[in-house]
Amino acid sequence: MSTALNHDNPNTMKQKAIANRFIVLGFACLLLSISFGLIASFKYLIPNFPDDILSFQHTRPLHVFLAVSWIFAAVTGIIYRYIPDISGRPLYSVPLAKTHFSLQLATIVIAVSGFFTGHFSGREYLEFPPWITVIIILYWIMFVTNFVLTVKPVLKTAPVYVWMWCTGLLFFLITIVEANLWLLPHFNNNIVRDITVQWKANGSMVGAWNMLIYGSTMFAMQQITGDSKMGYNKISFAFYFLGLTNLMFNWGHHTYVVPAHPAVKQVAYIISMTELAFLANIMLNWRANFSKKPIEAYRLSFLFFRAADIWVLLNLILAIAISIPYINQYTHGTQITVAHAMGATIGINSLLLMGSVTFLFEKQMKSKWNKTILRGLRAIHVSLLFFWISLIGAGVMRAVALYQHYYFAQVSKRMLPFLQLFSMSGIFLAIGIGVVSYMFIKVISSHISI
Amino acid sequence: MKKVATISILLVLYAAYSSWIYTSGTAIAATMTTEAMRGKQLWQRLNCQTCHQLYGLGGYMGPDLTTVITDKGRGAAYARGMMLSGGRQMPNYHLSVQDADMLLAYLSYVNGTQSR
Ligand code: HEC
Repeated sequence: MSTALNHDNPNTMKQKAIANRFIVLGFACLLLSISFGLIASFKYLIPNFPDDILSFQHTRPLHVFLAVSWIFAAVTGIIYRYIPDISGRPLYSVPLAKTHFSLQLATIVIAVSGFFTGHFSGREYLEFPPWITVIIILYWIMFVTNFVLTVKPVLKTAPVYVWMWCTGLLFFLITIVEANLWLLPHFNNNIVRDITVQWKANGSMVGAWNMLIYGSTMFAMQQITGDSKMGYNKISFAFYFLGLTNLMFNWGHHTYVVPAHPAVKQVAYIISMTELAFLANIMLNWRANFSKKPIEAYRLSFLFFRAADIWVLLNLILAIAISIPYINQYTHGTQITVAHAMGATIGINSLLLMGSVTFLFEKQMKSKWNKTILRGLRAIHVSLLFFWISLIGAGVMRAVALYQHYYFAQVSKRMLPFLQLFSMSGIFLAIGIGVVSYMFIKVISSHISI
Repeated sequence: MKKVATISILLVLYAAYSSWIYTSGTAIAATMTTEAMRGKQLWQRLNCQTCHQLYGLGGYMGPDLTTVITDKGRGAAYARGMMLSGGRQMPNYHLSVQDADMLLAYLSYVNGTQSR
């Protein structure tokens, strides 16, 4: 089994090209997502911001959907790039991957045009019309088929990152179906069931994409640090199983306020406290991890992964705090949840994905490009900190004001300074993400035909 | 082998927990009237959850509406007025009176599920 990446093997040009296309699609979605996110946040800076086609009802779903599309397209491309190297044989079917790409692209185009013309499912996070799910499931099955038939020879002795990918692939399918159970009256006619199942599906879907992303990160880190045992050691597997348990059962901390059976809360609380083990692991290994030296050729990707580590730590502390029922009672339904979601999707997911992409192309990048990307990374890192803190600040204000039974207009007034800081730091964050995305699109398209 | 066993146990627990959540774990007494059901459809078609939460799920630009009907200082009349004419940030959807009443029926149903 070969786990070394061979960047120049001409036999793999075709499969690389299709994988790269997914990555470019991902960055294009990211650029669009941050543009709509910025427009949406202007509503806080300029209350009279034009309200027609770019109203908040349009821009928020566009922003969220495209952010999720970025994550899935990028991680799909990254996995398509890695698996031939892991299994030591070509991708099972390039035409299948091409069909997958066309369907995924079509889904994005259809959903986005639907949002512009006001076609919503009206469901949180998955706001596109439900029939689109059928296409998503179809292309996902193509992806699973290609994945399994490519890595088949190594499945028996698979390293932990292959387990993580398998888990992510399976649970995405389960959760996308679960997210559509509301179409059945049994779920739709009972709001408590509907909301609980929605949180469950959405929460575990995030767990599924985390599995895909963390698996990819681990594979890259193994190459970057030259630590080939990382994928096989017992601790890695122990944390994988803990991660899986969290994926399955940790969604419940979102539902403390939902009047489902009290046991749902108890299960959620117990499981969310197992996250302390992740925290302890990071803290204990912090110095050791930071003093690890990357192979010289992968310095930039190493920096992306290290930056993400800081966000893992901050978000984990926040997640554990808001999982404590006493605290959750005040913070739920406030911008603190947004801070948690955005801190994780930008600080962790996006930086890890960017790290993996850097890892794939770093050897071919000109040093002046490296410098620009590094500046972009710095801009993201610093502005995200302000962005994150301002959301927490706004959330605290909202919690306090609502606790004192203020009218919502008064609540808004109290939150305003924080929301303005949020919008301002959002501008810098968007510049950082914009620069990095633009540079990667340039790097990828200049080296390999897409 | 141990790994396969661990994962199988977890999957069985997950399946069991899911089916409990789908049934008795979320059973409630309140039933939805046809009008409330229509209100829910409208709520989804107009994408109200972009700004509003029900039981904490939804966007944060507007207030949580789970208890808008019984809250002191809000109530049905206030909610109806807001839906019919919009507010400072709440868009005016130019809803018909029937549509506003259906939405109100939905919000009342939601409010009625507060306690099990
Ligand atoms: C662009 C965001 C937005 C959308 C979309 C939106 N609302 Fe609102 N809504 C608000 C805000 C903000 C308020 C608070 C009053 C204000 O500042 O205008 C509000 C207030 C309300 C209220 C009064 C409750 C209170 O505490 O003030 C009701 C009821 C309501 N909205 C129902 C709806 C319904 C029904 C829909 C969908 C048809 C909807 N809203 C769509 C932003 C929105």
